[in-house]
Amino acid sequence: MFQLVLFYAFSAVLIGAALAVITARNPVHSVLFLVLAFFTSAALWLLIEAEFLAIVLVLVYVGAVMVLFLFVVMMIDVDLAALREGFNRSLPLGMGVVLLIVLELSVVLGGSGFSGKGGPVPLPEGGSNIRALGEVMYTQYVYPFEIASVILLLAIVAAIALTLRRRPGRLVQNPGLQAKVRPEDRLRILKMPSETRD
Amino acid sequence: MITLSHYLMLSGVLFVLSVAGIFINRKNVILLLMCIELMLLAVNMNFVAFSRFSGDLAGQVFVFFILTVAAAEAAIGLAILVILFRGKGSINVEDLDVMKG
Repeated sequence: MFQLVLFYAFSAVLIGAALAVITARNPVHSVLFLVLAFFTSAALWLLIEAEFLAIVLVLVYVGAVMVLFLFVVMMIDVDLAALREGFNRSLPLGMGVVLLIVLELSVVLGGSGFSGKGGPVPLPEGGSNIRALGEVMYTQYVYPFEIASVILLLAIVAAIALTLRRRPGRLVQNPGLQAKVRPEDRLRILKMPSETRD
Repeated sequence: MITLSHYLMLSGVLFVLSVAGIFINRKNVILLLMCIELMLLAVNMNFVAFSRFSGDLAGQVFVFFILTVAAAEAAIGLAILVILFRGKGSINVEDLDVMKG
């Protein structure tokens, strides 16, 4: 019963945050509400004992992806007025599509198939969600796991290759040349007779 | 007692809200990307709920991979956004019509 109360509370926060994301005037506020939405979803996943994914959602999504979003939103200077224009013009079309999807979803979900009465499947005694996931992740799904790491590497390379720019005329130091320098090239010791001041 | 249909309804609402967000913010590329993230969240919630309520771990493994790909997608999408802004000085979708016939 207490879990149900928590579920409804978190759901209300999540839906409110999602509404704020799509209607906020300032993109920075949208990003911050999206962070709230991710946090609330993590709490909802904790409620059905999917601990690993809940923590990954906070660490990876809130900690990395949303910070990247925030960084980009604050870095580029957008003309908000031009972007907001047409907000109300496309509202009726959007509402029409949304109503259609709601109708379809309610037909599917209202049907018999998904109205299961049981709660989540209980975890085995002494076992944890993280352990169970690790056991399949490194055995059955090890090949997809490796491919996921390649995809992340690809994303790193692509993001750097896209945004790197070489501007001519910048004053940069070449560390290789600096390390290669020898004392003889810089310093010359001359033999000369001592001079006397007279 | 929380049941499967609670989670399905919630993720349905979340998905519909993000579709509405794509319609009403269709000029702002950043908000479009954020709405896609919200959609992925709704789908992930479906996966997690089905996985937990049917006792099959494959759904949670799948969510793990979706999170990986979504992180890569966000990184590349934002990189493209930055170079678009650098080149055009705007992120309005209507200004991005270079390939228009």
